[in-house]
Amino acid sequence: MPEIRVTPLGAGQDVGRSCILVSIAGKNVMLDCGMHMGFNDDRRFPDFSYITQNGRLTDFLDCVIISHFHLDHCGALPYFSEMVGYDGPIYMTHPTQAICPILLEDYRKIAVDKKGEANFFTSQMIKDCMKKVVAVHLHQTVQVDDELEIKAYYAGHVLGAAMFQIKVGSESVVYTGDYNMTPDRHLGAAWIDKCRPNLLITESTYATTIRDSKRCRERDFLKKVHETVEHGGKVLIPVFALGRAQELCILLETFWERMNLKVPIYFSTGLTEKANHYYKLFIPWTNQKIRKTFVQRNMFEFKHIKAFDRAFADNPGPMVVFATPGMLHAGQSLQIFRKWAGNEKNMVIMPGYCVQGTVGHKILSGQRKLEMEGRQVLEVKMQVEYMSFSAHADAKGIMQLVGQAEPENVLLVHGEAKKMEFLKQKIEQELRVSCYMPANGETVTLPTSLSIPVGISLGLLKREMAQGLLPEAKKPRLLHGTLIMKDSNFRLVSSEQALKELGLAEHQLRFTCRVHLHDTRKEQETALRVYSHLKSILKEHCVQHLPDGSVTVESILIQAAAPSEDPGTKVLLVSWTYQVRGGPRPTELSSDVTTPPCPTLPTSLPLP
Amino acid sequence: MAAHLKKRVYEEFTKVVQQQQEEIATKKLRLTKPSKSAALHIDLCKATSPADALQYLLQFARKPVEAESVEGVVRILLEHYYKENDPSVRLKIASLLGLLSKTTGFSPDCIMDDAINILQNEKSHQVLAQLLDTLLAIGTKLPENQAIQMRLVDVACQHLTDTSHGVRNKCLQLLGNLGSLEKSVTKDAEGLATRDVQKIIGDYFSDQDPRVRTAAIKAMLQLHERGLKLHQTIYNQACKLLSDDYEQVRSAAVQLIWVVSQLYPESIVPIPSSNEEIRLVDDAFGKICHMVSDGSWVVRVQAAKLLGSMEQVSSHFLEQTLDKKLMSDLRRKRTAHERAKELYSSGEFSSGRKWGDDAPKEEVDTGAVNLIESGACGAFVHGLEDEMYEVRIAAVEALCMLAQSSPSFAEKCLDFLVDMFNDEIEEVRLQSIHTMRKISNNITLREDQLDTVLAVLEDSSRDIREALHELLCCTNVSTKEGIHLALVELLKNLTKYPTDRDSIWKCLKFLGSRHPTLVLPLVPELLSTHPFFDTAEPDMDDPAYIAVLVLIFNAAKTCPTMPALFSDHTFRHYAYLRDSLSHLVPALRLPGRKLVSSAVSPSIISQEDPSQQFLQQSLERVYSLQHLDPQGAQELLEFTIRDLQRLGELQSELAGVADFSATYLRCQLLLIKALQEKLWNVAAPLYLKQSDLASAAAKQIMEETYKMEFMYSGVENKQVVIIHHMRLQAKALQLIVTARTTRGLDPLFGMCEKFLQEVDFFQRYFITDLPHLQDSFVDKLLDLMPRLMTSKPAEVVKILQTTLRQSAFLHLPLPEQIHKASATIIEPAGESDNPLRFTSGLVVALDVDATLEHVQDPQNTVKVQVLYPDGQAQMIHPKPADFRNPGPGRHRLITQVYLSHTAWTEPCQVEVRLLLSYNSSARIPKCPWMEGGEVSPQVETSIEGTIPFSKPVKVYIMPKPARR
Repeated sequence: MPEIRVTPLGAGQDVGRSCILVSIAGKNVMLDCGMHMGFNDDRRFPDFSYITQNGRLTDFLDCVIISHFHLDHCGALPYFSEMVGYDGPIYMTHPTQAICPILLEDYRKIAVDKKGEANFFTSQMIKDCMKKVVAVHLHQTVQVDDELEIKAYYAGHVLGAAMFQIKVGSESVVYTGDYNMTPDRHLGAAWIDKCRPNLLITESTYATTIRDSKRCRERDFLKKVHETVEHGGKVLIPVFALGRAQELCILLETFWERMNLKVPIYFSTGLTEKANHYYKLFIPWTNQKIRKTFVQRNMFEFKHIKAFDRAFADNPGPMVVFATPGMLHAGQSLQIFRKWAGNEKNMVIMPGYCVQGTVGHKILSGQRKLEMEGRQVLEVKMQVEYMSFSAHADAKGIMQLVGQAEPENVLLVHGEAKKMEFLKQKIEQELRVSCYMPANGETVTLPTSLSIPVGISLGLLKREMAQGLLPEAKKPRLLHGTLIMKDSNFRLVSSEQALKELGLAEHQLRFTCRVHLHDTRKEQETALRVYSHLKSILKEHCVQHLPDGSVTVESILIQAAAPSEDPGTKVLLVSWTYQVRGGPRPTELSSDVTTPPCPTLPTSLPLP
Repeated sequence: MAAHLKKRVYEEFTKVVQQQQEEIATKKLRLTKPSKSAALHIDLCKATSPADALQYLLQFARKPVEAESVEGVVRILLEHYYKENDPSVRLKIASLLGLLSKTTGFSPDCIMDDAINILQNEKSHQVLAQLLDTLLAIGTKLPENQAIQMRLVDVACQHLTDTSHGVRNKCLQLLGNLGSLEKSVTKDAEGLATRDVQKIIGDYFSDQDPRVRTAAIKAMLQLHERGLKLHQTIYNQACKLLSDDYEQVRSAAVQLIWVVSQLYPESIVPIPSSNEEIRLVDDAFGKICHMVSDGSWVVRVQAAKLLGSMEQVSSHFLEQTLDKKLMSDLRRKRTAHERAKELYSSGEFSSGRKWGDDAPKEEVDTGAVNLIESGACGAFVHGLEDEMYEVRIAAVEALCMLAQSSPSFAEKCLDFLVDMFNDEIEEVRLQSIHTMRKISNNITLREDQLDTVLAVLEDSSRDIREALHELLCCTNVSTKEGIHLALVELLKNLTKYPTDRDSIWKCLKFLGSRHPTLVLPLVPELLSTHPFFDTAEPDMDDPAYIAVLVLIFNAAKTCPTMPALFSDHTFRHYAYLRDSLSHLVPALRLPGRKLVSSAVSPSIISQEDPSQQFLQQSLERVYSLQHLDPQGAQELLEFTIRDLQRLGELQSELAGVADFSATYLRCQLLLIKALQEKLWNVAAPLYLKQSDLASAAAKQIMEETYKMEFMYSGVENKQVVIIHHMRLQAKALQLIVTARTTRGLDPLFGMCEKFLQEVDFFQRYFITDLPHLQDSFVDKLLDLMPRLMTSKPAEVVKILQTTLRQSAFLHLPLPEQIHKASATIIEPAGESDNPLRFTSGLVVALDVDATLEHVQDPQNTVKVQVLYPDGQAQMIHPKPADFRNPGPGRHRLITQVYLSHTAWTEPCQVEVRLLLSYNSSARIPKCPWMEGGEVSPQVETSIEGTIPFSKPVKVYIMPKPARR
């Protein structure tokens, strides 16, 4: 029995360190290769020794697929390919390929330079690793080898995020990565066709949440910024360099444009500039509005947003500043925060979640006096706002995607166990699809039905289709043909062609039955009577009287003969071939012949 | 010399005769046209290869064929069809047959037998499909003939089992267009088996080919469109198709479900997997709502559009569409809208400053949460935040339609509409503002909603701001704070975009008159009056101050206590504004002041009748013109014109009619005056100078007639005749004057000839109206036509002169509705003293903003003219997109005009004005022989002349020499 086996090495009932092993029809595919934010020891990377104890990874894995550039999906890639050792192909989309190394380099810098870790991958390793990458386009079917093929679908979430369909023969698996079912200011919504995979592996970050309309959030955000700026205040928005930052930039940029505002907006430099450059290049990956208007103006060429300089923070007058990092725990955003915190006109907007212990978390939970290094106490008078801009599908969105793809099974990853439980129950209840949620290291085995493709010749198919009068699209139907098994492929052909191919002669099977008639006349006359009688009954069939005295009804032949022993009785020979279509059944015929004119005749007839 | 001249004259006139011969020749050509079929036959016989034949057929298809020769052509084509082996040629022939049978005036029943015949023997699927298409064309051409329809339906049914989807498609199309549900009505149809077309089409809902499934649904819809009642059983079949794999099938199925739901709204259907039952329209509504989150945006647009027209749906279902049960971590969460509402009702202003303000409260029962509702839940929430703006627009439109029919729903959808004001696409924002305006009778804005609405006033797009002003004109505001807020925001808008002045004033006018009681408590604050101290008098020219006053005065109209709060200077300002901006400031009943205007205003309605009467009387008086001596006639005309003009000024409703008739009378007056000139009695060489008056009169009459014809909307054909007649008289006058003043006869030949041609044209165009023109100039002229044709110019002139004098004055029948086109240039205002500086040789863009009233088809007729001081004139054609249509009869032109000139030493003024271009031949019915042929598009759009119809505005410009 063929089967699909799935083992999460990370992201099984957990968020972070996404890494899922899939074996499908003898092919092994690794989906994502992420790191875990919460750990600093060995647990931050997936345990690759699980895959193979002492063999080479390249021998075991057919390919690696990276869904998008977030570090919890690609952070372990250089470690995996260069330090553990993998030389096979790595598939990702073009934007991911472009942006991924920037983030990896940034991650390496923080780990090695700041935290001083040894035995970490180097810049060269990142470069070497990226050389193994094969970039794919959306909806492009890529043949990994003769049997394994993959195809990318748009996923929203971040620039270049994709869902992947992995297909071997008739079996297929779809892996969603992270995705977003509602469009935002710079990306569209995830979309997949009705590909009916055997298994859909979906993220479930917001398994128990149904979100409000994004418009309210956007409006609130804009209103707050606008009001503060109008009253002469400064607005600080701490962000991470990629993803949400671009969305907020676009949001503010268009608002500034619309409202004709002149207040400066700054973006702290560094990583972002490089990333913005890529955003400008990958216009086809963005949403409808940006795609349609980029000919006139590329939305990522910001008119109002300028690069930030440290000296600007002290400038008088209103301004809006995007600064990294997003949780106010270090760096530029914290510096600016310290300068502006004292003025109640100013405002800080936290656009995302903050980890406990960071300044961001403290001010969000309402703390007004912060202890800084050197026993300084910072009094926070500025307004503190929280705005959630998240790019994951909510419970409804997940259900919608499952509905779109119509999979046979669903497997949940990238979420908390408790929340998954709820969603699993809902999926099984409402969609009637079996659902799994394995923990890390736990293997799920799905039996799949084996299907064997059989080729059929078009002529035969059309001929057989014409037989049925009514169209019955999805009902099974019988058809006549010959199955030929040759060189391990199967073909269904018409019997004539099969005979021809096999070099066999056709044997005709003819059935004959004798009907005794009590009739004293000559054979010819008997035949003539039978003929005229049949002619009168079988109006819709072609009845012919042949010159040799026999009668044909379509392909059925009737001959009258006089047996020598009894001149008073005549014998009618009714003969027909095995395959009769469209004509009268010979059995009916023989009873027709026998009923009215010669009631005395025996009616027992051998039937085929 | 005389002999020579005579010869020349005859030469000239024989030319005219020759032209007539030419016309006959063209008619002859038509007679020879049936040989087309023969030509085609020869062509097809010549063709050696299928490609050749195809080329000939393609060439043939480019030319039209007359009705009488169609049959011949069809025979030829059929003949070739039988012979032809190449399917592509047969295909082309089949398609040509279809095209030919559509020819008007040709009855295609004669070729139907042949068509069916060749259909039976055809093997190629493509040709079969094309032949069925031809049959469809034939069938639709003969809608009455039941027997033929039956026969065609039979043919279609036979081919339904074809293996090619194209053939099945066409068969279904044929069934949809021709099949009938009625059991054989006529006798001759009885012989043929009647079929249940719906059943047959319904069977193909489950065809294996998606294209055929789509065609089947479309055929079903076609049946519905033709007025046949569909069975309710189709509903279940259609519901199954909603989950089809192909988007076109789903899209069509959504339509079909909508149709059925409109046919059987009240019948009851069971809910699967439960015992409950609901109304069919509700069930269908739920299903269509579900399609709003379909994978294909085409289907989503379709579904969202159709939702709008399902008004019978119960309110319980309707309100669900706006409801999306939020939860966070399995706990119920309120939406931002609910929170905003709560904050408002608790009397607190939105704080929203706490983290976790939106923290979820109660736990949700996990079993009760339904993640994919089969019902309507949140359909609009999804539709409004869709990725594609097409879907969003459709959703907004649907919301609008549903809200118009249900006030409670209108109240609920308000929050969502307000949210759409911040959409990223301007079109969507504009659409939602318009929608809001349409439903504004049903709603009252809460303060927080008003806040969001007003925030959009800062939008940089003028359309958005103006739409918003329109919206504010008709919104209901609940509190005085709301009014204050609106005023403050409008004033902010005014300072930011001073060009919005008029629109803002208008908006405040309505805002004031709608909410007098809310404005009342605000008055002291707004006028900054103080109980004890006199405050400084505000600047009267400040647009913001005027805006405040407009609001207050309009509120004061229905609130008699308000004027007591005014200070002295307010009354003075009132008097000033009432005069200068009378359309914005109403007449007030002020204490201690005479109400001059209020005495007039209520009586306007009662006066309407007498003024109409007066108009009639003055016009009737003119009838007697004929019997008066010239002097008396002139006087009568003069004072009638004066009366009419004054009447037009007083009564704006009658201005169009009065102006129109006055113009006509003025033409007549000019004509009489010109004919009264002494010059006619003097010998030709002597009055070279004096003839100025007559020729000027002729010119002016011409101008006036063009104005009458093209500047008024609502002019009917009978007026056009009279106007043209007047113009003809002017032309005659011109001819006479020229004949008198010019020596040498050469130019006269041409003029005479041209004039006679004009008469001829006139006769041709207005042949039906000629009986009404008894005793008129033309009437007499036509009697003399044979003589004129043969006379030499001098004689012609003489005849004309006498006829002109003798001809009767034609009475101008008054049209029902007539309005004079007018335009006002709002911008540039022409007040600026700062010249617009630009480098010579380069261009400067000048924003032009004008309102046009009663202009028909402004996109083609309105032009902008720029006159430079050196006399150079430039005509600019504005783009069609520059015209907006804010109301019936009104247009708005917002465009940019590019100016350029060589360098000047001093700044100087250029004049900008609007022109109405006209082309008299476009209005006149086309010449009969032109009908069949192609009329080149240039003829249609060419400009014959222009009429200025706005006051010119002066713009100060200064092209500087380029620096090197």
